[in-house]
Amino acid sequence: MTLTRTTFAVLASATCLAGPAAAQDDDKLTIGVLLTLSGPGAALGEMARNGFQLAAEEIGDFGGIPTEIIVVDDEQKPDVAANKARELVERDGADIVVGPIFSNIAGAIVQPVTEGDAILISPNAGPSNLAGTDCNKAFFATSYQNDQMHEVMGAHAQAQGFQNVFLLAPNYQAGQDSLAGFKNSYEGGVAGEIFTQLGQLDYSAELAQIAAMQPDAVFAFMPGGMGVNLVRQYRQAGLEGIPFLSAFTVDESTLPAQADAALGFFGGSNWAPDLDTPENAAFVQAYEAAYDQVPAVYAMQAYDAAHLIDGAVKQAGGTDRDALIAALEDAPFTSVRGDFSFGPNHFPIQDFYLTKVVQREDGKFATSIVEKIFEDYQDTYAADCQMN
Amino acid sequence: MTSLFLLQLLNGVQLGILLFLIAAGLTLVFGIMDFVNLAHGVIYMVGAYLVVSLSAWTGSYGWGLLLVLPATLLIGLLAEALIFRRLYDRPHLDQVLATFGLVMIVTELVEIIWGTSPLLVTAPDALSGSIPLMGPLRYPVFRLVVIGAGLLTAVGLWLVITRTRIGMRLRAGASNRAMVAALGVDIGRLFTVIFAFGAMLAGFAGALVAPILSVDPGMGESVLILAFVVIVIGGIGSVKGAFAGALLVGLVDTLGRSFGPIVLRSVMEPSAAAQTGRVLAPMLVYLLMAAILAARPQGLFGARP
Repeated sequence: MTLTRTTFAVLASATCLAGPAAAQDDDKLTIGVLLTLSGPGAALGEMARNGFQLAAEEIGDFGGIPTEIIVVDDEQKPDVAANKARELVERDGADIVVGPIFSNIAGAIVQPVTEGDAILISPNAGPSNLAGTDCNKAFFATSYQNDQMHEVMGAHAQAQGFQNVFLLAPNYQAGQDSLAGFKNSYEGGVAGEIFTQLGQLDYSAELAQIAAMQPDAVFAFMPGGMGVNLVRQYRQAGLEGIPFLSAFTVDESTLPAQADAALGFFGGSNWAPDLDTPENAAFVQAYEAAYDQVPAVYAMQAYDAAHLIDGAVKQAGGTDRDALIAALEDAPFTSVRGDFSFGPNHFPIQDFYLTKVVQREDGKFATSIVEKIFEDYQDTYAADCQMN
Repeated sequence: MTSLFLLQLLNGVQLGILLFLIAAGLTLVFGIMDFVNLAHGVIYMVGAYLVVSLSAWTGSYGWGLLLVLPATLLIGLLAEALIFRRLYDRPHLDQVLATFGLVMIVTELVEIIWGTSPLLVTAPDALSGSIPLMGPLRYPVFRLVVIGAGLLTAVGLWLVITRTRIGMRLRAGASNRAMVAALGVDIGRLFTVIFAFGAMLAGFAGALVAPILSVDPGMGESVLILAFVVIVIGGIGSVKGAFAGALLVGLVDTLGRSFGPIVLRSVMEPSAAAQTGRVLAPMLVYLLMAAILAARPQGLFGARP
């Protein structure tokens, strides 16, 4: 019995060793792209996929090595995502997985990908645990740490001297993190704090309270369809006199549906389509020509992820995992954001801006940079990261 | 405080009216035909998407709204003839399975045709502003329109059900289906009419709220559960019950969300009150349903015990 078990263990470990070695031998790079492409969050995943594909077409063979890209849908379900991630790594032999959009999915796929000897690059999700105590040498984010966008708005509210801000977020983990992030950098008073049901349609009750309180400003975190509902109802209720600060609530993924209801509303971001770098101008122009929509951060971050991989494979001279990780840490590419480097926790150190919704000359709506709020800003969790 | 209460009352009524439009069709189909139709929310969604396209095509939201009525009526007729007719004699589980499959198919179709991003339709300028109520409080004009349109629909439905022959058959069908069939009423045709009419009401509701809410592929699912709560509270098969249930749910939900924490603050410390209020508010509607079912298992106006 003991003997059989030992034999089995030896066999098993031998297969494990043989697996990745075989995958590395062939001169081919396989990239799995795991995004939410169906369900309520699909619009964001499609933007990221478009951004990645646009870059892939520009690049051709990543780092000069024949490249296969496999796109799969995580259905915004952690269990589905974990299975698909395992398939990508074990069956398709992916060297790198790019994904996901949502933070709860990131939690589910980080183990299957990194323990399967692949590298995970997030084009959006940036949960606090992966930036801090659970940081992982095979995990990179080209986006931001989730709290940062909210901290930008908190700092702006503080700088404006607001004394009385009304806070609004859906009642789930990211919503609670959002308000905590805002309060990290805002020290003024809170007029009221409401957590709404996730997926709430009608905000008339909350808007009536805001109207009765007349706060200095409103800060909201209402991603996706919730943001569309809130922004349009905010305008219809005649509250536009109260400054509307937000994160992930007015961006290019929701602006086509919010249109002029969102004009003049503020957001915090690491980028906007009119950010003034030559690479960004080229990216935005190519993206709009290819997909007939204004890109949002999700598209930009996935576009950057592709160019990051291209640069890293070039520098590493192949698909060897340790060499790739070392190369990725140097961020050997030019981000459309300009300044870009990785901190010790593999999260970006970058600038953050206050953005505002404008109508462009061609009639389309987009966010536009008002001012820089943070320069070379690193997340607060990096100190907790012990990379092994 | 009084004026805020009045405003919230108005908000509650408006949410109730919207729920009534969706629940009316659902309660007829469920109560009279004994058919569990999970695809009802999907028709509401299709109504909203159609109004976006038809408004763009005709150039006016009003025409779009009018055209949605025959369009969703037609969809209801087709769906009944092609799919639902085959399911009437099947057990409830089969119906749930089949209509749930339909939900997924139609949602996917909508994503293929219109894409996954939320869409926009704007109300006419005259209806898109807000009017002053009291002090700093204002009320959106379009929500008043929704309330008005919903009330008119309710009155119309009441007239049809109490004053016409088809309404009489409907009421008869709701209380005893076998007897109605035995008396020589073509029950198959009655079902077709009810189903198509219910679909039209759901489509109308979707089209009516499209200027307020985000038109996206998930919008049908979110209202379906509340609509089921409404018909269970009101009594399955009763349109009067659906109206009362919808207003009750709308008011309890809206007032609970806004005044629950304030009331709680008078009995406990503020942070605990906020925490409890946050947890309690979304549950209130379901607590209401449980309480009503405990006292009256057949619902407020239910025909069958």
